[in-house]
Amino acid sequence: MSILAWVLVGAATAFAIKLAGYLLPQSLLDRPPVTELAAAMTVGLLASLTVMNTVANGQSLAFDSRLLALGAAAIALKLKAPYLVVVLAGGLASALGRLCGLP
Amino acid sequence: MPKTLAGKLTPATRMGLSIAIAVGVYGISFGALSVTAGLTVWETCLLSALMFTGGSQFAFIGVIGGGGTGAAAWAAATLLSVRNGIYGMQLKALIRPPSRLIPVMAQLTIDESTATATAQDDRDERVRGFWTAGLGVWLTWNAFTLVGALAGDALGDPKQWGLDGAAVAAFLGLLWPRLTAKDPIATAIVAALVTIITVPLVPPGIPVLIAAAVTAAVWAIRRRRTAVAK
Repeated sequence: MSILAWVLVGAATAFAIKLAGYLLPQSLLDRPPVTELAAAMTVGLLASLTVMNTVANGQSLAFDSRLLALGAAAIALKLKAPYLVVVLAGGLASALGRLCGLP
Repeated sequence: MPKTLAGKLTPATRMGLSIAIAVGVYGISFGALSVTAGLTVWETCLLSALMFTGGSQFAFIGVIGGGGTGAAAWAAATLLSVRNGIYGMQLKALIRPPSRLIPVMAQLTIDESTATATAQDDRDERVRGFWTAGLGVWLTWNAFTLVGALAGDALGDPKQWGLDGAAVAAFLGLLWPRLTAKDPIATAIVAALVTIITVPLVPPGIPVLIAAAVTAAVWAIRRRRTAVAK
């Protein structure tokens, strides 16, 4: 399938999941495992995506200016900076790294 | 000014509007990164308008940009949007919306609209918070996605502008507020290690799915253990 087709299938799936939440019986929400597992999965996925975006370069590991971005973002978050500032700090850190000749 | 617009704003609508502006601007980086990953401007805008769940959209283009297949991109995006289903259940319980509004509410059910709604204390404020944040983010997110996608082509090498670093920060910013206790921190460390180990071993996009599977397995084992201990 083309990328466009996967975009549309992905969008349809995302909507179906959102809608399912409103249509499922309330009793399901009251079961702790469902919410607990969803919370754990979200943390696991976001952690994996963070790491993947930091060190993955296709199918190999690369340690470059993106690590500076990770550090800068962590400091910004530690200082309770707003989300946009965090994103900008990350972008600025890796841009500066490249400006200084780092990979 | 205070007596006209600002005077009519409630804490919930004020929160929703500021979130819409803050999050929407960051649609620029999504748009730019998406065209850099190889998607067209048109596909990029469709993702923001229809999929409309930032984490999943980033996962989708992240997998494509890393050379993964459309199927792997779909799987990563879908797994990351499961929490929206939980949000839907929470919002239904909190707001009890009329059924004719449910399809539109479902589309607008994301981290930001849920957070704004659940942060309020009474039902009317929750409703106002949900709609302000939901509609507000949808509008700004899509507008800035288009700006970013058009600019992305013009920018040249996005790495020079630190856009890949911005994506790293964006994901860490989504993860950070969830690391509030020992359990989620342990989960995040395990998922991070699994990702680092599997990146060189399997095709792009698959490490995220393996990390998700390991997260679920660790959760199941822990749960069984605490059940036995009781």
